[in-house]
Amino acid sequence: MADELTWKDLEVGNIIKEAGNASFRETGDWRTEKPILDKEKCVKCALCWIYCPDAAIKPSEEGYYESDLYYCKGCGICASICPERAITMIAEEEK
Amino acid sequence: MKAQAVKFGEKLVPTKEFLAEGHSFCIGCGEALALRLACKALGKDVIIANATGCIEICTSPLPFTSWRVPWIHTLFENTAAVISGVEAGLKTLTKKNKRPVRDIKCVAIAGDGGTSDIGIQALSGAFERNHEFLYICFDNEAYMNTGVQRSSATPYGASTTTAPAGKFSIGQITRKKNMVAIAAAHDIPYVATACPSYRFDLMKKVRKGAEVKGPAYVHILSPCPTGWRYSTELTVKIGQLAVQTGIFPLYEIENGRYRLNADPPKLKPIEEYLKLQGRYRHLTGEQIERIQEMVNEDYAKLKKKVAASPM
Amino acid sequence: MSQRVALEASHAVAEAVRMADVDVISAYPITPQTHIPERLAEMVANGELNAAYIPVESEHSALSTCLGAAAVGARTFTATAGQGLELMHEVVYIASSMRYPVVMAVCNRALSAPLNVWGDHSDAMAVRDTGWIQVFCQNGQEAFDLTLWAFRVGEDPKVLFPVMVHLDGFTLSHVTEPVILPEQSEVDRFLPRFQYPFALDPDKPMTHGAFGPPDIYSETKLAQEVAFRKSKKVILQGWQEFGDIFHRYYHPVEEYKTEDAQTLLLTMGAFTETAKIVIDERRDKGESIGLISLRLWRPFPFEEFRQAVKGAKVLIVFDRCISFGLGGPVFAEIRSALYDEEPRPKVVGIIGGLGGRDMSEEDFDYVINRGREIAEKGSDRILETVNIR
Repeated sequence: MADELTWKDLEVGNIIKEAGNASFRETGDWRTEKPILDKEKCVKCALCWIYCPDAAIKPSEEGYYESDLYYCKGCGICASICPERAITMIAEEEK
Repeated sequence: MKAQAVKFGEKLVPTKEFLAEGHSFCIGCGEALALRLACKALGKDVIIANATGCIEICTSPLPFTSWRVPWIHTLFENTAAVISGVEAGLKTLTKKNKRPVRDIKCVAIAGDGGTSDIGIQALSGAFERNHEFLYICFDNEAYMNTGVQRSSATPYGASTTTAPAGKFSIGQITRKKNMVAIAAAHDIPYVATACPSYRFDLMKKVRKGAEVKGPAYVHILSPCPTGWRYSTELTVKIGQLAVQTGIFPLYEIENGRYRLNADPPKLKPIEEYLKLQGRYRHLTGEQIERIQEMVNEDYAKLKKKVAASPM
Repeated sequence: MSQRVALEASHAVAEAVRMADVDVISAYPITPQTHIPERLAEMVANGELNAAYIPVESEHSALSTCLGAAAVGARTFTATAGQGLELMHEVVYIASSMRYPVVMAVCNRALSAPLNVWGDHSDAMAVRDTGWIQVFCQNGQEAFDLTLWAFRVGEDPKVLFPVMVHLDGFTLSHVTEPVILPEQSEVDRFLPRFQYPFALDPDKPMTHGAFGPPDIYSETKLAQEVAFRKSKKVILQGWQEFGDIFHRYYHPVEEYKTEDAQTLLLTMGAFTETAKIVIDERRDKGESIGLISLRLWRPFPFEEFRQAVKGAKVLIVFDRCISFGLGGPVFAEIRSALYDEEPRPKVVGIIGGLGGRDMSEEDFDYVINRGREIAEKGSDRILETVNIR
């Protein structure tokens, strides 16, 4: 994206006006392992949500907390702190 | 409609992310977690000045920004001066009726190097001048952004790239600079330590620091899998052990009064904390014993101050 | 009615800052700048000026504080000199690159070592590439006028660059002269309120100071240079408007008795007034000689400068600084600016007035005589100097 911009596209002082536009960036491709949630075990305590450094876990309509793999970097914190062991990390398959 | 907040018993934590997804912090970064929680605690009405460092680099590669609140970065060592200007500017413009009356929190954030080394002069000046701002130090105990060089906040015995452990060295040969005590020595109304593993405690302290009249300082231990060399999923556990072993106690100094926020009846042996981290892998049993003594000493000193503080 | 009062040049700067109704002043004391912040602190304490005066712990913080205040839309001012300007050096680049229109007075001072608190242009030359609009004052009136004008130009939405107003330490900063102070209503007509379009605001959250990786850094610098060059238009417009209201007209290059002059002397700053006396004397004797002085130093006024030296045979540049291993910095730039001109005067450089060393009329006589000699025969010296043993 940056390499498509010319000097004319930059704001005065290189100010960025679109707040939070980094959310367009995919960080899921950093991952070597991904979290799998076992909904049978999940008690919806939201610990995984609050402890995700990447804000990659989102509350779902049904009240679960699910990883958004577009952002999830696969650190495994969610799996390690889940009191019900409802999350397991599995190897990312080759694309 | 999506939920605005997630409920934890009585506590409500907003779902809104003021620090957008898509940032480039390392996998399992404790600082990113601490920052995310701090931003939730601060909310929308804030202006953040950020020192050069991991946070700045990971959240603002042109033309992208992770910030959903107004944010300014200029340099490494001047963040406390920049936020002084923000605060004085807002106050004066309001006084002169050039902007509406509105409560906007002024917050400066920096790493341990930007705080306890290169930025300490500007910070001391801003404390002394009594600006109304909160300064948050995200302490990952070395210059991580440039590749794990030692800082004055690196603990005794840790191996870093510029104080490596070797045949003739234990690694860091000095004790961690007590930045919290230095902040407190300015007689500012609020000083606290926090750790993202204690999520509600962290958010409460950040909120308190932002709301207090006058300068406030919150020092957050931010476990770093890259620099401390531990497995990425252990970030929360490492933070818990730092508190449970007493090497990083959670406490507040409110108007000079010390209070411990977590005081386990018996501290866990420091070895439990050290053994999980590659930066301490070289330590001998004797050296670990020495570190245990230091932790005991420091903890006892802190407890004395707590005991001497009127309730 | 405007009034004519006796004012020290430093205090004239402070008066301009007061009449500009500045919002935030942040400064650290350093000789010979002290009279400016002292007077401003007094004005704030007395209620003559409704502003925040922030007594910071260093020059680095002085300018950094101004950045923070400017970022929320405050009109800001600081002042420094010599070592102070060196200490804030990295912040100086930030101010221009992030486009905060801070106004800074610099009471030009030599650089240590050895420690020397007196005047020369070493501090100014060390920041010539920093992207600030820079002007040099010759007297107290100019110190007042150019400080006021600095806010008008720097804060213009088409400009948004910081402005440095240079006044020679002691030889100007501490000199008391008659200065005409305008009516506040005239100042208000000249200087609109600062309306910063990108103020940090929770309702419109913007990111200031994102970092520039290699795939975009070059573009940021090109954008900055284009905008900086374009500021020239507003610089000239600002001086036109200033003249229309206050009846004193300024130009990027001041020409003094240059008509048909075979020899030109080029000076900057307060010694220009001494040099003019020498030019007068020589003109009276029938010599074909004149003087030019660069008032605008950055962006460099190529066009006006080339026009001003047209027809001259010899141009003698007087520098108050040594660029080690090169010579006089102004001389080097002037010679480069004329390289493509045909015909062009022979350009020679002489250095003097370092660290508070005075320049008398006799010294300027020497500069002119020696300058002509070098132009004719060349020089075999490492450095051509005046009044240096």
